[in-house]
Amino acid sequence: MTIEFENPKPVEQARFLLQTVADNMMRPVSREMDENEHAIPFGYVEFMNTAMKAMGSGSAGSLAPSEGKNSDDPTRAKRPSIAYQLLANQLEMLAWGDVGMYLITPGGGLGAAAVQAAGSPEQREKFLARFNGEKPTFAAMCMTEPQAGSDTSAIRTRAVLDENTREWVITGEKIFVTAGDKSFNDHPEFGKGFIVVWASIDPSAGRAGMRSFVIEAGTPGVKVTKLESKMGIRVSDTASISLDGARVPFENILGSPTVERTTTGFKGAMATFDATRPLVAATGVGVARAALEEVKKMLADQGVTIHYGLPRQKLSSIEKDVIEMEVMVKSAWLMVMKAVWMADNKQPNALESSMSKVKSGDIVTKVTQKAVEILGPLGYDREFLLEKWFRDAKITDIYEGTGQINRLVVARQILGYSGSELR
Amino acid sequence: MYGFTPTEEQKMLIDAVARFSKSDLRTAAHAAEEHKNLAQRLVNKGWELGLLQASTPDIYGGFGERSSVTGVLAAEELGFGDLAGAIAIMTPGLFVLPILLAGNEQQKTNYIPQVIEGSWRPFTSALIEPSFDFDPNALKTTAKKVDNGFVLNGVKTYVPFANQAEAMVVYAALDGVTKGFIVSKNITGMEVSDRIKLMSLNALPMYRVTFKDVKVPETSLLEGDFEPVLAGMRVTNAALAVGVARAAFEYACGYAKERDAFGVKIAQKQAIAFMLAEMGVEIESTRLLTWEAAWKLDMAKEDAAHDAYLATTSASDMVMSVTDRAVQILGGHGYIRDHPVEMWMRNGRGFATFTGLAIV
Repeated sequence: MTIEFENPKPVEQARFLLQTVADNMMRPVSREMDENEHAIPFGYVEFMNTAMKAMGSGSAGSLAPSEGKNSDDPTRAKRPSIAYQLLANQLEMLAWGDVGMYLITPGGGLGAAAVQAAGSPEQREKFLARFNGEKPTFAAMCMTEPQAGSDTSAIRTRAVLDENTREWVITGEKIFVTAGDKSFNDHPEFGKGFIVVWASIDPSAGRAGMRSFVIEAGTPGVKVTKLESKMGIRVSDTASISLDGARVPFENILGSPTVERTTTGFKGAMATFDATRPLVAATGVGVARAALEEVKKMLADQGVTIHYGLPRQKLSSIEKDVIEMEVMVKSAWLMVMKAVWMADNKQPNALESSMSKVKSGDIVTKVTQKAVEILGPLGYDREFLLEKWFRDAKITDIYEGTGQINRLVVARQILGYSGSELR
Repeated sequence: MYGFTPTEEQKMLIDAVARFSKSDLRTAAHAAEEHKNLAQRLVNKGWELGLLQASTPDIYGGFGERSSVTGVLAAEELGFGDLAGAIAIMTPGLFVLPILLAGNEQQKTNYIPQVIEGSWRPFTSALIEPSFDFDPNALKTTAKKVDNGFVLNGVKTYVPFANQAEAMVVYAALDGVTKGFIVSKNITGMEVSDRIKLMSLNALPMYRVTFKDVKVPETSLLEGDFEPVLAGMRVTNAALAVGVARAAFEYACGYAKERDAFGVKIAQKQAIAFMLAEMGVEIESTRLLTWEAAWKLDMAKEDAAHDAYLATTSASDMVMSVTDRAVQILGGHGYIRDHPVEMWMRNGRGFATFTGLAIV
């Protein structure tokens, strides 16, 4: 064990490759996609579908436990995994390209991650195999409801078992479903996806009664009722989905079908966030880095040099801002890397995971806000991407737990408080 | 690879430093600050931990290799105990490490063993100057080449133990470039003022030193680059800041979990809990910046000095806000000197200025 900060080769290679993707497939259409909300960049989606299979990673599927893989190579098992570190680097680079487009990268996203985390081996095989198919395929997570955002215990969607048909009958309203349209609706260019819906099987049990269900695309009784118009990440479809007596096979429940009067099941589900929060944080760092690099480039074009190493008293206001932005981007990235490194090394990382999300949400909003400010009339002009990144950035501090929810998680960890001690 | 765990060897050293810091430095800190006096016994005991000795190769009397990573780990622990005590213990390093980094073989052989072997002795250095825009790379103190040596002119301040120092490294601009010069005590033209009085660090004896046509021999010049020395000072400053911030943070956490208001502990209020969460996040983010910069120094990476600058920049902002929050969380009690947080807050403001007071 040691303290070190060197990217291993596979990470360097992945970063190099995805930088090319970002430069050639994302940035050139970034503006066009932003101006035409809900248009689909098929070029990028299809390219990524092929590329990720070639790379053997890039989707939640790549986080599958490695038992069985490479078992013929005894040295391999001893080396700690770098799967999460690799993924964080990939996502950071894709977000650097265009965070909205990253969100419509095929491969299953949060839906597949939920199956990966909470599903049985049979369920994983059954539901995740499709992401290796010819066509780009999507999956989505449906958690938020009109009256239940961060407070997921307030979820009202109900799943009732029909004993006669051994089917779950699910009714409720879901909103803010990322890639909900691509995952559920029929698109000839895409494979058949699914949505993962959170519902209660026993409202009297509170959180202990909460389960998630895999619902195949096109299931009768389920309808995408709206696509949201948003401040940023406009290329990513954000759907409202209504479920009205949707019938789902019994075996599509993730986790136990019986309710024990403990919250361990729910806590287990929440633990998924320990894995995904640093990844979302990584995308925030990607956007922030994009803005920082663009600011430095545009300033350099204007003949402005940043004098590192000077005392503050000798720095210009712009230099101070840029240096501060650099500090923010760098330190946020290190927090992401620590959180994913802990995950790779099987260390509990609830604290570090939420810390990285707090930090990333903070810095990406500040850095992009500063970037627009520094460039003045150019920063605010849609001719450049800075204003778009400013709009894209804000969601980082909101989704996957708002900055405030993550502060709660961090504070509870630091103080050793339960949810009831620190509400 | 990335890694965030100290080696077994580092862990053992850090544990020893942490124990000393907590049981010796911290317990003495309040009285030392109030009485403006640090017990020599404490400094000696801290010296015996062997941090500098372990950074010095055995040919110069030590028993190891310099590692900035190990150094910043130790500096954080010392800063956590007490900043004044930490700087006092590390003061001989201000003399030894620049010679190790920028000196020639003869300078190393002549000067280092006498400091390293035996007990703590007052060897120091003079970098900071009394002007608002003090810049270590644009010093107002000058060195002029003359026959058989150099002539130093200028004023230095914040020089620890200057009054009793047996020798010090004095930094001056030689043709506009910062260089170190080894200056022995009682040299003609060097004048040490009365002890300076600062907003904190009252336990640490520091002085203003004036150089008026001070003639030093050619052999006193440290020919090597100042950049790695400055970078070392910057990561050390950052690590000490992390230590002070962590001290204030932990104290505020403890207080907030004890203090009742409106029927609950104040830590159960989001207004307080969120401040603590943010303090924790900011401390960790500066710590990681510091570690990475230190690692880059050890690996002689091209951007190591750049990163060291970013680390200390981050640290001076972070420690100011964290120590301010700590006082705020204690409310009126935080403002009373019986609690240590107001001293840490006074320490905290200083880190924007303290680069040059310690190096690992």
